Amino acid sequence: MARSAFQISPRLGASAAVLIAALILSALGAVVSRATSDFVLSPADWAAVRFTIWQAFLSATFSCLLAVFVARALARRRFWGRGLLITLLGAPFILPVIVAVLGLLAIFGRSGILNDVLGLIGLQSVSIYGLQGVVLAHVFFNLPLVTRLLLQGWQSIPAERFRLVAQLGMPPRMVFGLIEWPLILRIIPGAFALVFVICLTSFAVALTLGGGPRATTIELAIYQAFRFDFDLSRAAYLSVLQLGVAGAAAVVALWLIPSVGLGGGLDRMQKRWDVRGGASRLRDTIVIGFAAAFLILPLSAVLVSGLRGLADVPPSVWASAWTSTWVALLSTIVLLALALPMAGWIATSRRTSVEAVGLLGLAASPLMIGTGWFILIHPFVNPADWALTVTIVVNAMMALPFALRILVPSLRDSAQAYGRLSAGLGLGGIRLWAWVLIPRGRTQIGFAAGLTAALSVGDLGVIALFADPDRATLPLQMYRLMGSYWTEAASGAALILLVLALGLFWIMDYWGRRNAIVD
Amino acid sequence: MKYSTLAAGVLTATSAMAETPELTVYTYDSFVSDWGPGPAVEAAFEEVCACDLKFVGAGDGAALLARIKLEGARSEADVVLGLDTNLTAAAKATGLFATHSVTADYTLPVEWNDDTFAPYDWGYFAFVHNADEAAPANFKELAASDKKIVIQDPRSSTPGLGLLMWVKAAYGEEADAVWAELADNIVTVTPGWSEAYGLFLEGEADMVLSYTTSPAYHLIAEEDATKAAATFDEGHYLQIEVAGKLKSSDNQELADQFLSFMVSEAFQTIIPTTNWMYPAVTPAGGLPAGFETLVQPSKALLIPADEADVARDKALAEWLAALSK
Repeated sequence: MARSAFQISPRLGASAAVLIAALILSALGAVVSRATSDFVLSPADWAAVRFTIWQAFLSATFSCLLAVFVARALARRRFWGRGLLITLLGAPFILPVIVAVLGLLAIFGRSGILNDVLGLIGLQSVSIYGLQGVVLAHVFFNLPLVTRLLLQGWQSIPAERFRLVAQLGMPPRMVFGLIEWPLILRIIPGAFALVFVICLTSFAVALTLGGGPRATTIELAIYQAFRFDFDLSRAAYLSVLQLGVAGAAAVVALWLIPSVGLGGGLDRMQKRWDVRGGASRLRDTIVIGFAAAFLILPLSAVLVSGLRGLADVPPSVWASAWTSTWVALLSTIVLLALALPMAGWIATSRRTSVEAVGLLGLAASPLMIGTGWFILIHPFVNPADWALTVTIVVNAMMALPFALRILVPSLRDSAQAYGRLSAGLGLGGIRLWAWVLIPRGRTQIGFAAGLTAALSVGDLGVIALFADPDRATLPLQMYRLMGSYWTEAASGAALILLVLALGLFWIMDYWGRRNAIVD
Repeated sequence: MKYSTLAAGVLTATSAMAETPELTVYTYDSFVSDWGPGPAVEAAFEEVCACDLKFVGAGDGAALLARIKLEGARSEADVVLGLDTNLTAAAKATGLFATHSVTADYTLPVEWNDDTFAPYDWGYFAFVHNADEAAPANFKELAASDKKIVIQDPRSSTPGLGLLMWVKAAYGEEADAVWAELADNIVTVTPGWSEAYGLFLEGEADMVLSYTTSPAYHLIAEEDATKAAATFDEGHYLQIEVAGKLKSSDNQELADQFLSFMVSEAFQTIIPTTNWMYPAVTPAGGLPAGFETLVQPSKALLIPADEADVARDKALAEWLAALSK
């Protein structure tokens, strides 16, 4: 990668990176400062470490592998409902864990549709509980995300390339080798690291679908250390371990990303003359059909049970929905303030490893962060007064790695294609962002903002620990309903949550995609 | 003009605050929710105390104790409500709790003489199933049957820990063998009660670990008589939920008043149909209609609070070993 001609000041980006690192390390430090005993990892802890890494590896591998097929098919085809399907790709990701799990179980569970069908045609039933269930759920969460990341890559291919390909009469295999494969190589390592780290901190999914204590993850061990044993040294030790594994994965993945330039184009609409029909159309249809069914069936289950419960939803849920909305909007603003300078800095320098800092925010156990900050804040102010502020910052921090993965490639392209021209015109600072980077990166900024808002609505985050008695977020309210037998009302609340999160996601994503080169 | 209004506002606010002391009670989340006992208890106590009662929800029972340990003597809380007998020894060991002066005619299945914590409700753990299906009569019958159960992880959930203690109290040294036999009946282990109960309602399991009082919720709140709790002849493990006041509280008298109120008629009549547990002192008017349909275990099991810690660690190791095979 040649040194860019761009003049993006590293100061803001570096400050953001330092801030994130400081926030995580201060929490860790606070927990350590209260630890009273030495701690040695037990064999059970090592088993948890092995299981955690293995399931995260499998989940990331399957998510990425399948996403390549789905994204390629989606990139090649235009059909009715494509836009809606792409928006829905954001949905699994933002669902509260228990809602998604119940949705999946309605399809794949012991009394789910799949086993009903298998029973009807006289086949043996399959069990979701076990490693297969954990991986299935993680693929359900993450396949759509990787697909979106890849699609975005496809959209960054200048439309002129496909024109040329069609003119030269290249067969799909050659198109794949010359254009698509380098693109996949550029995106997959980062996406893999992202999914790996998300799955690393999985706890409720792994335990519930894993079928028992065999499926103990590091996060559960951290939870146990905080809640069951109140053993802060063990909690800190395990948190460091979790951060270490995630950090290592991130560094390796980012190092693997080759720097492939796609060259500039005129940002025209992409049109695919090269993949007209025949067998490849059939294959794409099958792939898209399966992916859509895998995505939509569990979501429909959530929708159906939600509609049934909607009438039972108590008024306080609506108040929480409002709280969650503005928390989400503020999280999005904080996220953009952190992510844009960081992405700009990473895209124009050789410091790709800075992105690993972003991933650490995701790898840090929310319970560790929450407890750490609680210890830090408590002597000075009432933590409950800070509940929403902390939630906003933590949500932004958790969304940061996604935003970076989304923003960096596009900014890098802009830097390569327009760096010299901008430098020649003496563009810099705010004008560079306003005239070149933001207009060109609008699709990505909209997507990143939408994802952050949606994630923020769906995330329980650390709010449970700080518990503000008067202002509960929607997911917290939903869990409270579930915890007091109000299962139907909880389903209703889950539906409100899904609609709210998807709505925010759609609005921001639409802002980005409007007039853009998507379709 | 503006300033004088503002000043007046501030002055009234401060004088109002000086008149009404604030009592802060930490409790678990489901207690404070709009549909839990919290709002009704708050209204009832504020009628008699000339104070402002503030409930703060902090996760579940175990999270509550962790929170108090984190905050130490600087805690805002005056009273902690929602620990159970599995946690009281650890809570006492923190040295943060003061002794209470509450006396009442408890209707608990066991004698109560804890000088630090006073009980406000109790229940039996039990497996809940669909009423139209036959239920096993004990753990061994359950293990031998092909019934599928969903349970909670003792490391992250209070009922999960209750089940661990239940099997330990019933079988002692034999507990690990019972768990080994139960292993193939367990569909899955969830992090908390909500997930397990949700899975059961979705039809993922034949039985779920909950309370003997769970069917009362379905009967009274939903007019649905299709759920029942299985009676096990080994006896049922008790969960007694308690509250205690903190030494660091500035409102010792008010805290005492609250604890006494807690075992009084006004508080106790709220409990059955909001917390879905048995009140610690049966109200004069008896239990709400529907509670008489609940199963009555023949024997109450409870590991004494001071032995609970040791028993817990041993039982957890056995449980992990039996289910990780």
